[in-house]
Amino acid sequence: MSRDNRPLSPHLSVYSFQWTMALSILHRVTGVALGGGLVLLAWWLVAAAVSPAAFAVARGFTASIPGRFLVLGFTFALFYHLCNGIRHLAWDFGVGYELKTAHASGWFALMAAIALTIVAWLGGYAARGTP
Amino acid sequence: MTARSPLGNARGLGSARTGVQHWWLQRVTALALVPLCLWLGVSLIGLTGADHAQFSAWVASPLHAIGLLLTLGTAFYHFKVGVDEVIEDYVHAEVLKLAARLGNSFGVTVVAAASAFAVLKLAL
Repeated sequence: MSRDNRPLSPHLSVYSFQWTMALSILHRVTGVALGGGLVLLAWWLVAAAVSPAAFAVARGFTASIPGRFLVLGFTFALFYHLCNGIRHLAWDFGVGYELKTAHASGWFALMAAIALTIVAWLGGYAARGTP
Repeated sequence: MTARSPLGNARGLGSARTGVQHWWLQRVTALALVPLCLWLGVSLIGLTGADHAQFSAWVASPLHAIGLLLTLGTAFYHFKVGVDEVIEDYVHAEVLKLAARLGNSFGVTVVAAASAFAVLKLAL
């Protein structure tokens, strides 16, 4: 067999769509997106180390409406990647491969991520005192 | 005693590349990131709306600075290994793949070093 024509996984285009597949793709998407979250965190830290004025710029961006939506996205991405990551770690131990279990744990990870995102934002607004 | 030649022995050991090491370190960092991310998440929620003095004072506390350095180092490494895996799955042209992986390494290293330096500057 030619080296260039070997079948390579993941072959997204040849599988029929399933929910577990969407959840798996979402794991990658959120993982890559969290790189943006790391950049934002790095911006905050570097700005704080540089000067109060630089920090005010970073803080102003995060508190703006687009900034808030971005952080909301990062919050969900973090919790989804965390919950689904625990699911992956269970699979590494050979646990949870049965179709029924894999579906149930997938839905649980998604719902837990949404719930944790809501709780985190309620906590954030409570800590801030004002909307 | 074995009649196998040293070359035959080496071939029997499988690939000489570092795929398994990447796989393993991705899992080790994932495990470490479970408590670290929860700690950082709860901390950042508490810091919502903090001004420069409050944020800097929080980072400067030794326990917080240690926690931040551990979280940043682990998260950046986990991100780097994960993105390498995505690149290897989807970028098949060797030159592009090499360029993407080098870009990933350089980018992650620069941002990680900058954030670690900022933590140390605030804390020391």
